[in-house]
Amino acid sequence: MDSDEDERVPLSERPEWADVKPIPQDDGPNPVVPIAYKDEFRETMDYFRAVYASDERSPRSLGLTAEAIKLNPGNYTVWHFRRLVLEELGTDLHDELDFVNSIAKSNSKNYQIWHHRRWVAERIGIEAASLELEFTKEIFSLDAKNYHAWSHRQWVLQALGGWENELDYCDELLEEDIFNNSAWNQRYFVVTRSPLLGGLEAVREAEVKYAVKAILSNPGNESPWRYLRGLYKGDTHALAHDPEVSSVCLEVLKEKKNFVFALSLLLDLLCYGLQPNEEFSNAVEALRPSNSGPPEVNLKETICSVLETLDPIRSNYWIWRKNNLRPSSEV
Amino acid sequence: MDSPTVTQRDQLMVEMKVAEIYHLFASLPHHAQTLMLELQRDNHVEYLTKGLKQLGPNYAVLDANRPWLCYWILHSIALLGDFIDCNLENDAVDFLNRCQDANGGYAGGPAQLPHLATTYAAVNSLITLGGEKALSSINREKMHGFLLRMKDPSGGFRMHDAGEMDVRACYTAISVASVLDILDYDLVQNVGNYILSCQTYEGGIAGEPGSEAHGGYTFCGLATMILINEVERLDLPSLLEWVVFRQGVECGFQGRINKLVDGCYSFWQGGVCALMQRLHSVVVGQLHAKEQRTVENTDSLQTPNSSDAEKVPGASSTDGGGMPITDSVLKLSDIGFSFIKEQIELDPLFQSIALQQYILLCSQVQDGGFRDKPGKQRDHYHTCYCLSGLSVSQHCWSKNVDCSPLPKAIFGPYSNLLERTHPLFNIVLDRYHEAHDFFSGQ
Repeated sequence: MDSDEDERVPLSERPEWADVKPIPQDDGPNPVVPIAYKDEFRETMDYFRAVYASDERSPRSLGLTAEAIKLNPGNYTVWHFRRLVLEELGTDLHDELDFVNSIAKSNSKNYQIWHHRRWVAERIGIEAASLELEFTKEIFSLDAKNYHAWSHRQWVLQALGGWENELDYCDELLEEDIFNNSAWNQRYFVVTRSPLLGGLEAVREAEVKYAVKAILSNPGNESPWRYLRGLYKGDTHALAHDPEVSSVCLEVLKEKKNFVFALSLLLDLLCYGLQPNEEFSNAVEALRPSNSGPPEVNLKETICSVLETLDPIRSNYWIWRKNNLRPSSEV
Repeated sequence: MDSPTVTQRDQLMVEMKVAEIYHLFASLPHHAQTLMLELQRDNHVEYLTKGLKQLGPNYAVLDANRPWLCYWILHSIALLGDFIDCNLENDAVDFLNRCQDANGGYAGGPAQLPHLATTYAAVNSLITLGGEKALSSINREKMHGFLLRMKDPSGGFRMHDAGEMDVRACYTAISVASVLDILDYDLVQNVGNYILSCQTYEGGIAGEPGSEAHGGYTFCGLATMILINEVERLDLPSLLEWVVFRQGVECGFQGRINKLVDGCYSFWQGGVCALMQRLHSVVVGQLHAKEQRTVENTDSLQTPNSSDAEKVPGASSTDGGGMPITDSVLKLSDIGFSFIKEQIELDPLFQSIALQQYILLCSQVQDGGFRDKPGKQRDHYHTCYCLSGLSVSQHCWSKNVDCSPLPKAIFGPYSNLLERTHPLFNIVLDRYHEAHDFFSGQ
């Protein structure tokens, strides 16, 4: 056995802690949700309570917070106090990043670690940018959709910079897994917020092509469909009247499989003023189950009816859409 | 054919496991099916009560979340219509009081720093316990000060002193203030702007501006906007479409696009669906306004207006900056109360029976407790949110809160019926009403 646990000397036996009187947890006589702490945990927290209560911002306190964090990385009070100590001691924060690395790899879904990391990176400043981008990359190699890591990466880009290769990075991740919605979201973040790309309008044409290509390779993948709509956020008129958008719907409908997202988008395009030609009506009509009733009055209603039958988990939603089509805009 | 991606591979594996369970179920004779669909009440209560009395050393990682453990357990027991004995109730009130900070708010354990999430959990626990002793133990005056101290000048809230700011923090702060009848415009100021900045192009709401839409944050964001009377500012048709697309072939909900189903989203996403039912006229108004705007643009060739809020009929109580209209007589803390008083105009837009099927057959652990999905271990968090989601999906067909659901709204035996929960606070309704009377009378 060579684990740390076996080598650990209890705090009560360490001479440098002899002057500190540990403070036991005040759980009351009959606490609910009591935890059967191991001795090591209980003792570490008793000493932590003592230095926290006396606000002792010392090197030994710093060491003690590290021990406590290893036992429970979710204890935000310990992390908070650790930051106070780091500030007081003027510790080299590069070492602190190493410390966080050692904790984060096995606790990558913990709020406290990421908040702490942001605090450290903010103080190191611009030179932390590449370190942080690299660090999140490592996390994504284990879990490409880690929510906290993506938030951290976005914060790094906005606060410290490093936008240069971000679109390429999104490409890379999407090439690996075109269903990775976090990577699609990051792509949207980059094209809308990167100071190097000139904003959504400037990139829209290229991004529409990118999304269309992804849709055609996997029409049942929701991510590029939402992304495509997002490229026209707030501009429903442009969405409805871009032939690239309506034609991708048509192309998918004609394949007669994985067409739910195509139909759902076409429904919105029609609501936003797209005038359908016969090709659209025929493609939708061809999807109508043979046992369905008489044809609907207009294409929007037909789409809702088709979806009601062929997208059964959302049938209530499609019935609702059908009942709430705007009467005055009927074709 | 290309080889499947990580997302496809993981998804397929879950679909197969779930399909296996549903096939097994379908192959059983009727009486065995009924048995399998039965809510194992006694086992759940036993598992929960045991946790309230003793937790093993592995729970040390939740040592800063003990009010959460209280809430997950107490709320689950309340949903099941059960009670804990009087001594245990007193012990719970006493323990939570030891988590209350002298300057307001509740911490994750005794002598820890007060935190908004554990404050929400502690307050909801005390209301669930109910009674004079529990309710009067909350220092509301100090609480208001704590909430104000957690407020960031930008409008959002921080989880604790110098802690992280996100949509969760906004919800827990506003929910606590509302339920304790201490919500005012100082607390509400600019919260709406912050939440609005977190609605994504996908339609759902993210934890922070720029992040990905997520079930937990969408519930928090939507509930907050309702509680501060600014819900019309969100793009509700997009939000609705995003949430109904989160229910998948497994019959349960996923938290984000192309992620795996998880029983806890039965409440986060199912709860969003339940809230949307009560916003029907606003949603339809926005839906039509979007179309109207497009038609007008076609006529006049004007630049489209990117703000949805201004075109919504039924007008918001605020202008674009989130400032109150001064002559408004609206009392903010009453919103949560009146929200559930009105008759529901709309049938649920998700598949409530399918959701109950996922919860009972895939998330329920027969020995007690609930889990994320088949193959995972039970825990108190998933038990709380699977039961909350089950309650929401059982009651969502009842037009008003005083009606009992019809048998056809309940999957499995009618004895599966749970207590109704308040969809904004997630507190069992009669406990909520007791607290509302208590605090509004003070």
